[in-house]
Amino acid sequence: MTARRWFLLLLAIPAALLLAVVAGTIDVGVREALAALAGRGDETTQFVVRGLRLPRAVLALLLGAALGMSGTALQGVLRNALAEPYLLGVSGGAAVGAVLAIMAGLALALVPLAAFAGAVAAVTLALFVAHAARGRADPRVLVMAGVVVGAFANAVIMVLLARADLNAVRGAMWWMMGSVANATWGQAAWLAVYLLLGGVALVAHGRSLDALSLGDDAAAGLGVAVERTARRVYLAASFVAAATVAAAGLVGFVGLVVPHIARRVAAGAGHRTVLLVSAACGGVLVVLADLVARMALPPADLPLGAVTAMIGVPFFLATLRRMT
Amino acid sequence: MIRFAAARVRYPGQDRDALAGVTLEAPRGSVTAVVGPNGSGKSTLVRALLGRVPLAEGAITLDGAAVRDADRTSIARRVAVVTQREELVFPMPVREYVALGRLPHLGRWGQGSAADRDAVDAAMARAEVDGLADRPVQELSGGEWQRARFARALAQGGEAFVADEPTTFLDVAHEMAVFELLGALAREGRAVLLVSHQLNLVARFADRLILLHDGRVAAAGGVNDVMQAPILENVYGWPLVVTRDPAVGAPALVPLRRGSGTPP
Repeated sequence: MTARRWFLLLLAIPAALLLAVVAGTIDVGVREALAALAGRGDETTQFVVRGLRLPRAVLALLLGAALGMSGTALQGVLRNALAEPYLLGVSGGAAVGAVLAIMAGLALALVPLAAFAGAVAAVTLALFVAHAARGRADPRVLVMAGVVVGAFANAVIMVLLARADLNAVRGAMWWMMGSVANATWGQAAWLAVYLLLGGVALVAHGRSLDALSLGDDAAAGLGVAVERTARRVYLAASFVAAATVAAAGLVGFVGLVVPHIARRVAAGAGHRTVLLVSAACGGVLVVLADLVARMALPPADLPLGAVTAMIGVPFFLATLRRMT
Repeated sequence: MIRFAAARVRYPGQDRDALAGVTLEAPRGSVTAVVGPNGSGKSTLVRALLGRVPLAEGAITLDGAAVRDADRTSIARRVAVVTQREELVFPMPVREYVALGRLPHLGRWGQGSAADRDAVDAAMARAEVDGLADRPVQELSGGEWQRARFARALAQGGEAFVADEPTTFLDVAHEMAVFELLGALAREGRAVLLVSHQLNLVARFADRLILLHDGRVAAAGGVNDVMQAPILENVYGWPLVVTRDPAVGAPALVPLRRGSGTPP
């Protein structure tokens, strides 16, 4: 990838953040926003910029980066241009954990942990189902196993919600539609930690992902321990995706759309580059999507997941059409 | 150099062995060709070498050391394999594709060194794909793609070169170029193990033939020892004669039409 492209891509991140901070129902000028960020200007503007909009935009950025990397890694390891955390049941599992926690009346701080536990359970179940269906980790079997686990997770949520009280249902629905509206710096900080850990693991496997994209036999010929590598990538990608569900609920289709954009931008480069480009593209995309969520129907705040689905579903259909 | 010792492989859920105790050797400096009908175990041999199917019994060794005990990267540094199956989903330019051959030589975070780049350049020139460097692999013709795969295996280096059905989809000229290249690699001192359907071409280029049938070695030895009509007829289950190619003098198999009998 050329230095010019890198420069433009990295420039897009602060530009998107600045746009997210400036735009909204309360008008803030660029100069005012920059002053507020530096801790100057009137207190209301400082609160809007630093207390409300910036943590929300940063959480959206991290969320997009995590979903983008997760999707790219999953598409690479499964050799499937339609793969993403949703398709593999990871997000569904996390949602079950979250809904269970909300219904059990657990403290809000414990909800993310429950979501993460659910995601890990879903990953384990999908790997187990795939393993039981074929002696080895066949990518296609794994996708099917993921879809089955995701469907099962949906069914569990429906059953759980059938007799829940209205408040719990509202809380759960909000979770299932995804949102960064209640972002805090704390949330952003721990998502950043998860993203860093998972992201480093994924980039470290970038070359192996290139080899795996040739097929298992060819990858083995190039010295890749196929099953072990695939398992690690699958787990690291799920880890990152589960962290996003814990932070902001289910935000679909980002993991599907971003890898395709990133591969275009990276112009034939290997997975290490594509993973990093995915993080940047995903971050910018979700910051902009959240801007749409905030501004499309004021004063209502649309769920972020609904906006990304509006973008993602036509894209999914177009990709599916190209593939068949 | 590459040695299979009483190797037995059975795929899960199958009631017979894909390899039923195969012993063979591919020494350095020669082309050893494995031939046999469909389902005779030829490709399983390659997959077992790659560690893609476990051996139920027996061993595969490289210079006496068991493949099972070595890690895949160290094996890949020594044995380059042109596999039969490959499914590329995402676009990749030819140069990047060939450069993957250097993967076993890089560290986890390693960028390619100058030596790696030189190896890629040399491999691309030798396989005649240097003019295609920036083309996406998906846009190549079957023959060009096969040359790119050879380039990748050449870039990988090592003392052994394994090719599984390398001439499928190739026209006569490219087919010949592949066999000439394999012969040249052997003369450079590598152990070349070739799996092929092309009995007649193999008979011209290989130093040793191994005929597989139902997962067993039905015949092995020099080309003239194996290219015998009774042996081949029995294995392929089809009437045939083995004659001499008038132009090059190599044994040549001519399958007959059923009921036509042996020509005079």
